Amino acid sequence: MHHTLRVIVAASAAMLAFGALAAPKDSVTIGMVLEPPGLDPTAGAAAAIGEITHYNIFEGLTKINSDFTVTPLLAESWSLSPDSKTLTFKLRKDVHFQDGETFTSKDVKFSFERAAAADSTNKEKAFFASIEAIDASDPATVSLKFKQPSFDALYHLGMNTAVIVDPKNVAANATNPVGTGPYKLANWSKGSSITLEKWDGYRDAAKIAIKKATFRIISDPSAGVAALLAGDVDAFPRFQGVDSLAQFQSDPRFQVMVGGTEGKTILSINNKKKPLDDVRVRRAIAYAIDRKAIIDGAMSGLGTPIGSHLTPNDPGYVDLTGEYPHDPAKAKALLKEASVTTPLQLSLILPPPAYARKGGEIIAAQLAEVGIEAKIENVEWAQWLSGVYKEKNFDLTIISHVEPLDIGIYANPDYYFQYDNKDFRDIIAKLNAAPDLETYKKNMADAERKLADDSVNAFLFQLPNPTVADAKLNGLWKDAPIFANDLSAMSWK
Amino acid sequence: MSDDRFFARARRNGGFVLGAILVAALIAAAALSLVWTPYPPAAIDVPHKLLEPSFAHWLGTDSLGHDVVSQLLAGARISILVGIIAVGIGLVFGVALGLVAASVGGVVEDVIMNLCDFTFAFPALLLAIMLTAVLGAGVVNAILAIGVANVPIFAKVTRALGNGVLARDYAMAARAAGKGPVAIALEHVLPNVAPALIVQATIQFAIAILAEAALSYLGLGAQPPQASWGRMLSDAQQFMFLAPRLAVFPGVAIAMAVLGLNLLGDGLRDLLDPRLRARR
Repeated sequence: MHHTLRVIVAASAAMLAFGALAAPKDSVTIGMVLEPPGLDPTAGAAAAIGEITHYNIFEGLTKINSDFTVTPLLAESWSLSPDSKTLTFKLRKDVHFQDGETFTSKDVKFSFERAAAADSTNKEKAFFASIEAIDASDPATVSLKFKQPSFDALYHLGMNTAVIVDPKNVAANATNPVGTGPYKLANWSKGSSITLEKWDGYRDAAKIAIKKATFRIISDPSAGVAALLAGDVDAFPRFQGVDSLAQFQSDPRFQVMVGGTEGKTILSINNKKKPLDDVRVRRAIAYAIDRKAIIDGAMSGLGTPIGSHLTPNDPGYVDLTGEYPHDPAKAKALLKEASVTTPLQLSLILPPPAYARKGGEIIAAQLAEVGIEAKIENVEWAQWLSGVYKEKNFDLTIISHVEPLDIGIYANPDYYFQYDNKDFRDIIAKLNAAPDLETYKKNMADAERKLADDSVNAFLFQLPNPTVADAKLNGLWKDAPIFANDLSAMSWK
Repeated sequence: MSDDRFFARARRNGGFVLGAILVAALIAAAALSLVWTPYPPAAIDVPHKLLEPSFAHWLGTDSLGHDVVSQLLAGARISILVGIIAVGIGLVFGVALGLVAASVGGVVEDVIMNLCDFTFAFPALLLAIMLTAVLGAGVVNAILAIGVANVPIFAKVTRALGNGVLARDYAMAARAAGKGPVAIALEHVLPNVAPALIVQATIQFAIAILAEAALSYLGLGAQPPQASWGRMLSDAQQFMFLAPRLAVFPGVAIAMAVLGLNLLGDGLRDLLDPRLRARR
């Protein structure tokens, strides 16, 4: 009797141990810096929305990959008409929304028309407004007729602003999102974490390795370091503690990847405010700035300098970093020429990320050298969005524009930096109408040069994409053309 | 009490001496920073960031290449400035309110004291955070906020002790002799509550330094490039794993300043309070 008991205990202990070994890890915890204000990427401007929902809850017709290629997602294939104005998609037939509705071309038509509507708060509203007509007569085919040839439509359609929403659930998407993706929202602890759970009704459910994903909001860089070291988070894309990367690189438990993003980090200038409406003053600011010192000081040397509103990863990139070399003497001369009385007092509004807070301190010191007194004001994101972005109540601010190929924002005179230039709008019109890649690149170069010549903003550097993760986690993106965490590609070794 | 006896007893009070030395050092550091710091405190020197302590930088440099010694010296200046003005606001308005409450009495006293209780209901730091949130972040607003939080403290102390003084025979005699309430308050009450106020002011000074550091740490006090111990701490927080010394230096500075002021305050109470003196 005694003997049997011991055998049973031993056997169950062995089974327990075996069980622990055999069950592969199927959950992942991902650190992120900012909490999204809602979960509807078609209605809010915050990049954090896409980091959680894009590809996971919501899907678009096309998918932008880490290497900036575009592959099919809800569309199986597509074709472009000879005049480059009509884009026709063949849709997948096995797609359902998470509430059971079947996905058809009607949903595509609804989503895009909603994004273009007068009351739309979609970040890419201008793009959707450029669609003249949407033909959804066949449930499995949708064709978009653009007003002009739209060379980069496939990219725009791959962004989180172009995800297909369920017409029945649009009002609730911000808090209770319903999409076609492999994950559903399980829990949102405000201020702490957002948990997604695998949706079993997904068309390729068998291919999804991660069953549960938790996004933990850790805004403090040193808390991020501690969470990684303690194993509280498995991966931290867009990791902010750039000064701690060396520590993780030398630790075999971790993998460290430093790629590029589409983030154009700029010192935005309020182009309508006096004396910043004078191009000479804006050029003086550009000359006063030493990009290398900013990248070294604020980003530990990570980040490629840029000279206009495009990153080296983009088609049509021209290196314009030489246009305004660091030249304080020239800056002072320009200010004098513009008859600005120094010290010129300007406000410098800084949102929370280190690139802004630390970069801002360095820029303020550099501006002080040429007689511009930048008064630093540290703000939270909500204040930044209302004060700077909406009310345009600022002189200078530092921000990274992370949306790919968004040079078109400069054609909108109401955009927060208020650049109002007819010549530039003409260039963008030509760019949008480019029939082929070569013309597109040429026009893009013109646009870049125009922005640099007018010194609309002071262009600083391409935001790097440092990722620190558990060495055993597969499927993370090195480069991040868009801010997304593609959970469906992740798995444990 | 003659001055000789005061100093003789002060020398025997170890805490008081240590406190006085620490506070003297704090004042000396702030005064020194007005005329000399090893480097300009706000000078950014990115190529020389996060240096270990060395002969060139005695306590090393921070993440933007600021010299830590220079920042500490300049930070002492802000601390003292905040302490003096915030306590000054508290003293001027608090003592005035307290004297009015004690002298007039009745409804006025009730109203003033209830207002004080109302302000006490908010923790001082929370009040300061509320005020800086409304008025905007910055040293001036931080000083105002801390000062406002000080007012009811001094008002309560003045009123409580003032009532005691007014009940004394000499105060009664002054009134009987036809002195007005204002004259009595200034000539009899104020001198007699002054020792307690000095002690309270020293303690509040320490609390003001802590509050400024806390507000600046939270980003509501001193704004860059202004040097402040609280700001140094919040910057150092990001480098806790790489350069913990950056948090230690301002931390020690704050601790020493607060310890010094508290010891000084305690010592002063021992020396100035007649009841304690009688027991010796």
